[in-house]
Amino acid sequence: MKGQVFAITLVVTSGVATFIMFISTMDSLNFTRSKFYHDYSFADVFVDLKRAPESLKDKIKNINGVDQMETRVSAQAKLDIKGYAESVTGKIISIPDDGKPRLNRLYIRKGRLADPAKDDEVVINETFAQAHGLNLGDQFAAVINGKWKKLTITGIALSPEFILLLKPGALSPDFKRYGVLWMSRKAISKAYDMEGAFNDVVLTLYPGAKLSDVLRDLDNILERYGGFGAYAREDQISHRLLSQEFKQLQTSSKTFPAIFICVAAFLLNVVMSRTINTQREQIATLKAFGYNSIDVGIHYANLVVLIISAGLLGGIAAGIWFANILGDIYMESYRFPVFIYKLHPEVIIMAVFISIASALAGTMHSLWKAAKQPPAEAMRPEAPVQYRVALIEKIGIGRWLSQPSRIIARNIERKPIRTFLSIIGIAAACATMISSGFFKDSVDFIVHVQFVLSQKEDMTITFAEPTSYRAIYELKETQGINNGEGFRVVPVKFKFGHRSYKTILNGIEPDSNLHLLLDRNLKTIPLPPSGILLTDFLGEFLGVKAGDMLTVEALEGSKAIRQVPVAALAKQYLGVMGYMNLNALNRLMKEGDAISGAYLVTDSNYRNKLFQTFIKMPRVSETVVRDNEISNFYDVMAKGMLFFTFISTMMACSIAFGVVYNSARISLSERTRELSSLRVLGYTRSEIAYILLGELGLITLIAIPLGFIIGYWLCAYIAQALGTDLYRVPMVIELNTYAQAASVVLVSALISGVIVRYKLDHLDLVEVLKTRE
Amino acid sequence: MKENFFQVRDLTKIYKMGEVEVHALRGVNLELYAGELVVLLGPSGSGKSTLLNIMGGLDTATHGFVSYRGKDLTKATEKELTEYRRFNVGFVFQFYNLISSLTARENVAVVTEIAVNPMHPEDALALVELTCRLDHFPSQLSGGEQQRVAIARAISKNPAVLLCDEPTGALDSKTGIVVLEALERINHELGTATVIITHNVDIAGMADRVIHLSNGRIAEVTANRVKKSASELQW
Repeated sequence: MKGQVFAITLVVTSGVATFIMFISTMDSLNFTRSKFYHDYSFADVFVDLKRAPESLKDKIKNINGVDQMETRVSAQAKLDIKGYAESVTGKIISIPDDGKPRLNRLYIRKGRLADPAKDDEVVINETFAQAHGLNLGDQFAAVINGKWKKLTITGIALSPEFILLLKPGALSPDFKRYGVLWMSRKAISKAYDMEGAFNDVVLTLYPGAKLSDVLRDLDNILERYGGFGAYAREDQISHRLLSQEFKQLQTSSKTFPAIFICVAAFLLNVVMSRTINTQREQIATLKAFGYNSIDVGIHYANLVVLIISAGLLGGIAAGIWFANILGDIYMESYRFPVFIYKLHPEVIIMAVFISIASALAGTMHSLWKAAKQPPAEAMRPEAPVQYRVALIEKIGIGRWLSQPSRIIARNIERKPIRTFLSIIGIAAACATMISSGFFKDSVDFIVHVQFVLSQKEDMTITFAEPTSYRAIYELKETQGINNGEGFRVVPVKFKFGHRSYKTILNGIEPDSNLHLLLDRNLKTIPLPPSGILLTDFLGEFLGVKAGDMLTVEALEGSKAIRQVPVAALAKQYLGVMGYMNLNALNRLMKEGDAISGAYLVTDSNYRNKLFQTFIKMPRVSETVVRDNEISNFYDVMAKGMLFFTFISTMMACSIAFGVVYNSARISLSERTRELSSLRVLGYTRSEIAYILLGELGLITLIAIPLGFIIGYWLCAYIAQALGTDLYRVPMVIELNTYAQAASVVLVSALISGVIVRYKLDHLDLVEVLKTRE
Repeated sequence: MKENFFQVRDLTKIYKMGEVEVHALRGVNLELYAGELVVLLGPSGSGKSTLLNIMGGLDTATHGFVSYRGKDLTKATEKELTEYRRFNVGFVFQFYNLISSLTARENVAVVTEIAVNPMHPEDALALVELTCRLDHFPSQLSGGEQQRVAIARAISKNPAVLLCDEPTGALDSKTGIVVLEALERINHELGTATVIITHNVDIAGMADRVIHLSNGRIAEVTANRVKKSASELQW
């Protein structure tokens, strides 16, 4: 039973490990985040505005429910990092004159805060520092309000506001091309003409304060100062994405361990019923000596608990280990001062309880049978097994079958439930493997749709201020630029019924060849002369469909509020936004022919030179290169993907091996006599191996297509459960993934087969002839 | 002169049971001729099953020499022994060793499918008078019937030798005699050399020769001048 116990232990270990890993990682991240928020006074409400006098402070402070409040000056600047040719954007946030931010305080990893009296000292966020290898005392330049300025790093910090740093409108985190700089308020106010004024407010609320009232009051106060609309913590991007990540972990913590526990319970059931069957006589002897049914039941229950315990111990240890690896992977993108690993005792208790309860439930029937059997009956050999002609033979194939094949068919049919569960078990392994490949397939598909089908431009530049469309003609004349189209981006709030969402509205050229919108079938949707297209996720979030009237509230410029018909929903896996005809958007904004930036098709020979030009242009605030965007997207996904693939493969192998090996061992123990008899009659080793392994092979071959189907369902469930604002998971599974899943299952089955074959080759032929069945 | 199928010379078999050495055979010499019916008689532990197993290619000798039609079995590889069993020897065991998932006919077909020039399974079963039970599974047959299926299976490949290890050991006397009658008929009609192991002295009456084994040695070899027919046996 050694091998079987090992196989079961492996499955239990995997199940408990994934359970512990997902739950404890989630708990740990949750705890780590809460502690960071609490210790570093993370704000409850945020608002950006154009400019308001500092005197407005008291008015805001007096809003009912506001506890602490801080005004800030924040701005966007182009950065010039030595040795890094591409365009880098920095968000600059002011540090109060007394040098001590009260809200969203900084955790200083290294160095110190910037001196409020100095205008060339900055603190930078950790991911940015690491991405560029920047350290204390290093210098880089920033184009602050059009002026080139050299800055010195005094500190490297983390902020509860930027646990995940994502540039507004970006598709994925980009630690190289986007950073946060904290510097003296005096310096930044002077540079941006914000002396005695502010353009950014953060505040915390008293417990019990009514959030919606505070947001409304705040918007009312700031409306005439160009307020972009206050929003709560739950809409703050770093917080929101982290929360969505927790949701994903929760989904995983339910799905995968459940598969394992079921498989483990099934395996135990098979092994225990076989063990009890072979130990009938011992049970009878014990009972004849006066042991009662409960004693016997407890004896076997103990055995089950013992087997499970080994898996539990291993699983808990592996789970903690994996959780720490997963925690480290999260820490690459999600920056906390320290990842505080939390394993609540109740999680362990739950793991213990679930495993033991399901194992006992799985073995209940055999335990009950063992306990109930009267001693005299148990001492008699078991009644001979009844067989029937298999169904498959009755449908006419029968006469084509050799006797060994007949044995296979009838054995499979004799224990239909066990056969069915074995098939389901192996199929579960296959499905798990598909879910791992699916992750990569969907990411590839997202990239294909976003960067190949939809965005044809290879470079995007954004102007510091909305600019006349004439700029496009100038750009087109520039050497190295083959084509260009203008776009206008306006921050907006969409409202429909009681739902609203803050994002951007992107105006693109009516006959755009570079930026295409796609429908559900990935066919181009022509841009209507008026009306708005929403990405499908946003449409569903707001509950709108084509033809509905949507309230569009511009958060800059004219601050227009308009009712605009929804023309269609566009398929987009990354980002959440609306699209409009550029001219229609300009009419809506009453802005003439303004554009925010340009999509460009460039000659690769000139691309580097173009960078340099754009970086130096004060009018260009940002340059994005498509290839960089793609590779960055993969970089962010890569580590998580690798770990997930590793875990899934490990899980799939342990299930496949566990199920196939156990089936093989049980069949072997049940049929040693028959197989040895056949050997005596002159059957070769290979011929008897065919009978035993042929059955397993057949089960495996039936299980694989079923695994494909279950895998597809599992992926559909994951796809539906994992969608976030940042990305939606398309339901795409490549042929390759199916092939890989099938291969892993086949290899695991093969390994089990080889082990069993070894045992088959060493059957004791003489022994079996001496004993009665 | 009849062909000498088996030549056994100085056959010794020592088992190691933990620290203890068990001498199952201590220098056995014998011959078995074509068409002969030999009974190996002896008490439990006398070495008769070990002898039969070595002659059947199921076990290997510690010392000595066994040849079948001139081929040295003691030097045969695993593959050669399998082939030897497959084409030359028929086995009948005390506990029948039928495949429980196959019917009587299919149990015979298990052997005919891999044999060269076998009988039809139906003909083999007719020889043991089981034509009416062709499609019954072992669980639907009595012990005697199961043993007769086993005999049909053993002879269906037209083997030169039939090795029977306590073929009536699990049966009552009436059923046992039916089984022995079947063996007798095969020996008589097909001329198959037959070795029957038993500790039942009464069965010795039906043999051409009786080899008495005791403590791993041949104690005595007797020839029955007048053979009894199986139906005349009683125990």
